[in-house]
Amino acid sequence: MSEATEHLDHAHSHHHPSGIKRWLYTTNHKDIGTLYLWFAFIMFLTGGAMAMVIRAELFQPGLQIVEPNFFNQMTTVHGLIMVFGAVMPAFTGLANWLVPMMIGAPDMALPRMNNWSFWILPFAFLILLSSLFLEGGGPAFGWTFYAPLSTQYSADSTALFVFSVHIMGASSIMGAINVIVTIFNMRAPGMTWMKLPLFVWTWLITAFLLIAVMPVLAGAVTMVLTDKFFGTSFFNAAGGGDPVMFQHIFWFFGHPEVYIMILPAFGIISQIVPTFSRKKLFGYASMVYATASIALLSFIVWAHHMFTTGMPLVGEMFFMFATMLISVPTGVKVFNWVATMWRGSLSFEVPMLFAIAFIVLFTIGGLSGLMLAITPVDFQYHDTYFVVAHFHYVLVTGAVFSIMAAVYYWLPKWTGHMFDVTLAKWHFWCSLISVNVLFFPMHFVGLAGMPRRIPDYALQFADFNKWISIGGFAFGLSQLIFLAVLIKACRKQGVPVDDRVWEGAEGLEWQELPSPAPYHSFETPPVIK
Amino acid sequence: MIVSWRMVVGSLSWSLLASTVMADEKSSNDPYRLNLSPGVTDISGQVYDLHMLMFGICVVIAALVFGAMFIAIWRHRKSRGAQAAHFHENVKVEIAWTVIPFIILIVMAVPAARTLIAMEDTSEPDLTILITGSQWKWHYRYMDREVEYYSRLASQPEQIANKLSKGANYLLEVDRPLVLPTDKKVRFLMTSDDVIHSWWVPAFAVKKDANPGFINEAWTKINQPGIYRGQCAELCGKDHGFMPIVVIAKAPDEYERWISQQEAIAREAKAEEQRLLSMNMGMDELMKKGEAVYQSTCAACHMPTGTGLPGVFPALKGSKITTQDQAAHIDIVVHGKSGTAMQAFGKQLSLAELAAVITYERNAWGNNTGDMVQAKDVNAVINGN
Ligand code: HEC
Ligand code: HEM
Ligand SMILES: [Cu+2]
Ligand SMILES: [Cu+2]
Repeated sequence: MSEATEHLDHAHSHHHPSGIKRWLYTTNHKDIGTLYLWFAFIMFLTGGAMAMVIRAELFQPGLQIVEPNFFNQMTTVHGLIMVFGAVMPAFTGLANWLVPMMIGAPDMALPRMNNWSFWILPFAFLILLSSLFLEGGGPAFGWTFYAPLSTQYSADSTALFVFSVHIMGASSIMGAINVIVTIFNMRAPGMTWMKLPLFVWTWLITAFLLIAVMPVLAGAVTMVLTDKFFGTSFFNAAGGGDPVMFQHIFWFFGHPEVYIMILPAFGIISQIVPTFSRKKLFGYASMVYATASIALLSFIVWAHHMFTTGMPLVGEMFFMFATMLISVPTGVKVFNWVATMWRGSLSFEVPMLFAIAFIVLFTIGGLSGLMLAITPVDFQYHDTYFVVAHFHYVLVTGAVFSIMAAVYYWLPKWTGHMFDVTLAKWHFWCSLISVNVLFFPMHFVGLAGMPRRIPDYALQFADFNKWISIGGFAFGLSQLIFLAVLIKACRKQGVPVDDRVWEGAEGLEWQELPSPAPYHSFETPPVIK
Repeated sequence: MIVSWRMVVGSLSWSLLASTVMADEKSSNDPYRLNLSPGVTDISGQVYDLHMLMFGICVVIAALVFGAMFIAIWRHRKSRGAQAAHFHENVKVEIAWTVIPFIILIVMAVPAARTLIAMEDTSEPDLTILITGSQWKWHYRYMDREVEYYSRLASQPEQIANKLSKGANYLLEVDRPLVLPTDKKVRFLMTSDDVIHSWWVPAFAVKKDANPGFINEAWTKINQPGIYRGQCAELCGKDHGFMPIVVIAKAPDEYERWISQQEAIAREAKAEEQRLLSMNMGMDELMKKGEAVYQSTCAACHMPTGTGLPGVFPALKGSKITTQDQAAHIDIVVHGKSGTAMQAFGKQLSLAELAAVITYERNAWGNNTGDMVQAKDVNAVINGN
């Protein structure tokens, strides 16, 4: 009898199991998006805690709180977690939430695979983090794991590192396949290619990049595994291999990877800027073409990370020119955003604040990137804090700021309530100031000659490093404000919002769906004008 | 109160003089150094100029883009009653901002390519130095002379551990600097015994990776005598932050005197080595010398108290090899173990040093085997009998 009622209940509540099972078994794009986003945020705080250890050690010259070997594990795992655990899953979470709503679909095309691709991720990171507690410690060879430091000279926990990267790669590939299949097959009638919102376009191109390069990464870690444990010599000169070949393989993955972390950010900014300028995006078509050309060029610039490895002159020239070239389509994007703002009717809600900060600070990172492309000068910049400054401007004030902008932009649509605007503004201003105190002086110490990945430094770098550390702690603390905003928002404290939320917002998710958006986005396809 | 012109001019010209005399030492120690140094070679000067050119262009681009943006933020804000315009495309403008950056890039590319070509031209050197990186020291071999030696960090472990105050060149000082002549084209050959290192001296604008199993080339021609400091620039394991580079540039005649002297010292050391073979050292002497060698050469991995780092570097305290099998002990120290961080010390240390350090390891930290190893025992292993 009771079984029968349970059955009835189940049928009634549709596919809505409650509690932990709801999240474990869910195939819903919104639930999975939420899981991805919370996971990314937890990883962001974990990787951030490691950055705090790094910065505390570097607060003063001399060794104070950690041993060099542990310091190297901190930089390595910090980098791995931020790249594979924070930025990439956050973008996948946003794609899950937004792609179906933006193209007029009920859900993602492959919901079960979607569940699987999320739920293997926590295991990947548990494995990686647990390796820190083994004898000999976790990976200590930098997130770039150059051979032979990662092969003959690494701790045995390298096997766990390899396994965990394999899982992360499988997860990314499944996520990418899902995005591609959804966008190709599930657009509402009338949603033609050149009507796709830019976030969808940039993610589509990103997904192709992922499918192209994640297998290369898988190959690289597998070769590291067999070199270390099974006697192969891919990267061991004594056995006929070549350690520099490792770097070619790694960066053939690695450079497209940096675009994987920035193209969706371009998409987000291209959604937000028009809304708060109350004006259509300038140069929609050129944005699409610029994204595509950046993606193509990203496959022929990898060796700009390797100028000091001793390449032939023509090789250096080729990679220098190709890298310079990539700044042209990137510039087009920045110009388009500014032209969108030009003669608009601007207002500065929190998402727009983050978007403007993105444009300015990402451009600073892009310009230092252009300087790094000039091979003869790169010899001076390479592997110094100048590079650390560059990639944090594009990753933190670029990718991470765009993710924060996106969360603030779509959060009211997701929850149906406005977030705490005062707190959010505090989050913005504290982050903006501290992030610059943190990363700007890194340019100076880098130019003055401080190498990266060192636990201790010469006395002349002491003053700036103190400031950098103070900025680091302040930036870390500012993220706790973000946590508070998010918790309040999930508890739905705050005034209910209308369907459109922002005055200038355009697109299916704002104009055709209520706030909060229903569990199955579009049960019947919307009519596209 | 009144500051006279003479004082100002006087102190200015003094500081100018000082800055030219000790240009590099002074500026490289300035805690508020913001920029690259122009260095002391023609190439490093060109690199500096390129850097400033790029920087200037970037500042101009940034000023234009951010300027336009801030005008829009200021003038076209809704709170000032701005009405949005309706344009969203303009082919001419879009072509312009694709083509103009392209032209700017060509302007940058030409001088960059020219400098790069000059930097890669290692032909016709006056002398050649083979630089070998290993965990965590540099080895220099003068290819045309009979001189070679290791160069290690000279800052004290107590300074790193904050128990002694740090000197002005903390972490940028070595026991034996590389000595080079000015005004000569010096070619560097770089390689490594273990992982990848990177030899970098900012004042020469030379940074080149030392790859195990391969040889890279670079060159420099120093214009000014002086002391120039750099660091390893590629993550090479635990003590990557502790393998600095110091170069002393001397006028050619002074250099010539120095190198001949070094050759003489090397010859004498060889003769001394032969003499030692027939002598025995006492336990105290062995232990004293052994401890010094151990702390400077082995302690980075096996730790000052012989405990090692579990999982990475084995403990020598109470280990099987150091307490039992003496032949195996001598063998691993002399020949190392290929494919691991344990290097072959047979060529790095003298016979007496090897004997002393092995004796030390067999008797320190409670290993108390009572064994004494002599130079001739080590020599026997080196010669394979
Ligand atoms: C760069 C790091 C490093 C340095 C420096 C170093 N060793 Fe080692 N040593 C190792 C490693 C790693 C092993 C383990 C090799 C293996 O896998 O068997 C080892 C093994 C040994 C062993 C064998 C221990 C055992 O129980 O198996 C002895 C003895 C030894 N080293 C002596 C020395 C002496 C003497 C010096 C200084 C002259 C020295 N080592 C310097 C890394 C180092
Ligand atoms: C809380 C803010 C952060 C601080 C204080 C911080 C600080 C640092 C520091 C000190 C290093 C080591 C530099 C070195 O010695 O090489 C580092 C490396 C790195 N960081 Fe961050 N970081 C922060 C956030 C991020 C984020 C959000 C990302 C990614 C989006 C990121 C990506 C990286 C990468 C890829 C490396 C290189 C790791 C390696 O050397 O292998 N960081 N960071
Ligand atoms: Cu790159
Ligand atoms: Cu190094």
